[in-house]
Amino acid sequence: MAVVFQRPKSLLDVPTHYCPGCTHGIIHRLICEVIDEMGIEGDTIGVCPVGCSVMAYDYFGCDMIEAPHGRAPAVATGVKRTNPDKFVFTYQGDGDLAAIGTAETVHSATRGENIVVIFVNNTTYGMTGGQMAPTTLPGQVTQTTPFGRDPKVQGYPVRVCEMLSTLDGVALAQRVAVDSVPHIREAKKAIRKAFENQRDKKGFSIVEVLSTCPTNWGLSPAEALERLRKDMIPYYPLGIYKDKGDEQNDK
Amino acid sequence: MVLERNLMKGNEALAEAAIRAGCRGFFGYPITPQTELSAYMAKKMAKAGGVFLQAESEIAAINMVLGAAASGVRAMTSSSSPGVSLKAEGISYMAGSDLPCVIINVQRGGPGLGGIQPSQADYWQATRAMGHGDFHILVYAPCSVQEMVDMVSKAFDTADKYRMPAMILADGLLGQMMEPVTFPEIKAEQPEKPWAANGHGGKRSHNIINSLYLKPEVLQKSVWERFERYERVKKEESDAESYLTDDAEIVVAAYGATARVAKSAVNSARAAGIKAGLLRPKTLWPFPEEQLKKACKNADAVLCVEMSMGQMVDDVKLALSCSKPVHFLGRTGGVVPKPSEILEEIKKIGGAR
Amino acid sequence: MTSEIILAGFGGQGILFAGKVLAYGGLMDEREVSWLPSYGPEMRGGTANCSVCISDEPIGSPLVLEPDLLIAMNLPSYNKFINAVKPGGKAFIDSTMVDEKCQRNDINCFYIPATQLALENNLSGMGNIVLIGKLLKETGIISEQAIKKAVEKSVPPSKASLIEANLKAIEIGMKY
Repeated sequence: MAVVFQRPKSLLDVPTHYCPGCTHGIIHRLICEVIDEMGIEGDTIGVCPVGCSVMAYDYFGCDMIEAPHGRAPAVATGVKRTNPDKFVFTYQGDGDLAAIGTAETVHSATRGENIVVIFVNNTTYGMTGGQMAPTTLPGQVTQTTPFGRDPKVQGYPVRVCEMLSTLDGVALAQRVAVDSVPHIREAKKAIRKAFENQRDKKGFSIVEVLSTCPTNWGLSPAEALERLRKDMIPYYPLGIYKDKGDEQNDK
Repeated sequence: MVLERNLMKGNEALAEAAIRAGCRGFFGYPITPQTELSAYMAKKMAKAGGVFLQAESEIAAINMVLGAAASGVRAMTSSSSPGVSLKAEGISYMAGSDLPCVIINVQRGGPGLGGIQPSQADYWQATRAMGHGDFHILVYAPCSVQEMVDMVSKAFDTADKYRMPAMILADGLLGQMMEPVTFPEIKAEQPEKPWAANGHGGKRSHNIINSLYLKPEVLQKSVWERFERYERVKKEESDAESYLTDDAEIVVAAYGATARVAKSAVNSARAAGIKAGLLRPKTLWPFPEEQLKKACKNADAVLCVEMSMGQMVDDVKLALSCSKPVHFLGRTGGVVPKPSEILEEIKKIGGAR
Repeated sequence: MTSEIILAGFGGQGILFAGKVLAYGGLMDEREVSWLPSYGPEMRGGTANCSVCISDEPIGSPLVLEPDLLIAMNLPSYNKFINAVKPGGKAFIDSTMVDEKCQRNDINCFYIPATQLALENNLSGMGNIVLIGKLLKETGIISEQAIKKAVEKSVPPSKASLIEANLKAIEIGMKY
């Protein structure tokens, strides 16, 4: 019998700790498909964040390093600079990348560190139980914005791809989503491009993936995907914000 | 082979020694009084086939060290007191991940922004609480530019041997001064690091560098195992210089730059007929308890001299189990004690016999 | 024997360099030496000083508080250090820059118009080395051979053409 669908080899056959309906699993899978297709598992080092994906080191088959909160791009810089022929990626959430790790994110981007950053934006701190994130939408209720995020009090969300797209060191800044099959296909293409950029020594590539957190949003998985489409995509439009290989089509 | 003695600043000597010890990743951030170290690395590291990178912060710098060390590369960062505080997070993670590295602290006066003159007020930080959690780092205390060179090499080797961070606890005086120095040959061999996360190449299962253990019993076990290693470190790595202590009736305990001043005072005391000696810890963690006890065998009193309000003095008392009177003379804020002040104190204590 | 030396002046007068020449001189004579600069947020034109120790014994504190020998190249430095000189010590004062005369009679003071001498001999900016020449003549703490090697060691390779000029400046100081 022909096998038409199977687990990527570099995604280990272990149960994950992610909640039902969470889209981390899809994103892990896409990364591993790309790693398999490029045949680079043995040459890849992944860097995990602190947050929901803190234990991703148990799921990826490549060598893995667990970084302090927000410091994954600095850790990745240390690995990549001393191992320029290896592939290095970070996997970070919104609190990790856009709050506590803002300096590491911006400076690794502007240095043009030749790494891949997978940025999972689900507008909340999932691991600690759903507090306001730097990307929490105006009006969004979280544990620490019980009356909804009020920009007058808590300020505005950070649009990471837009911000980083102004930096010369950035090769690719693209926002994708994993709420539908076409979007998932697009997401994989972006991740593939990011790894190819690294292979071709083009510099810093970030793929922002709009993701869901049914548990902390208080929604069913299906409702969560609906919210992603209805609330998140209008605030965080999908698309390529910077692509050094394709400068004309930048937003 | 006779090696040429050249004059070199302590900070630059530390950098050259690190390159010769096989350091291939240096990540730093400017701060007085250690900046010459970074500048030297910027000039020389690339030529040695290594990486120099000025990080966006001390925090980023130590995490770059973490990444390089996790991939099996000998890596180093350097700073001075306020900057070392910022590295505390990364050092704790490295200790918890069993990663070797070398951290240089060219101490200046504190707390806060403090001053920029020499100080030894980070002793507690280095030996007791270099970050959150149960852990230790190796702490070396050089007292000359030559010893800075020798200890950098030793620190890399020992850090690798026990898979733990090592610190060179220097101060602004040692970092800024020039002294004659000779360098060892460039180290060709380094230990294998089969645990490193540098790409498994399809030849082994994946390596994970991590300090997270969510099950209390598992975390406890990992800490216990680390502390068993620390017991071996204590037994094998503690080091001190004993000077004129065999018949000493008063033993001065001092480390780093302060020990140089103390040695002059001890010589003056001897010239004045007082049987004084010096015990100079070369490792601060592990603290050379046995060496201190032996040095104080015939002593009636101990005088601890530091450029702080009294930090190592705790370890001196603990090592002696408070069996002898331990006096303290301290200068802080960047003030270096004078030999005459120490001599006076020796005479005062000696006179009380 | 131990010589503890303070060299002091404005930043830019070559105070630290002159100290380095002395320290290297001691080293070339195979003695123990140390060199310690004052450091701080000082700009060019601010005060600069350094401590140099040359000894037959290992050096204790490299920080000189009471020098045997003082080189002072401006008035603030002269005022700061002249009373710190040990009784029996010697002070070498650039009289182009300092027009005061020392009232102490327990030390030997030498007044040399070092900056002026350097200028007259086309050695602009080498008053520091002229003073070193005078110090060497009056103290003999470094052998002639050693000081020549010390200059060669101290001048960076990129400025090797200045070695001759430095040696000439020493000679002028020695003859003054």
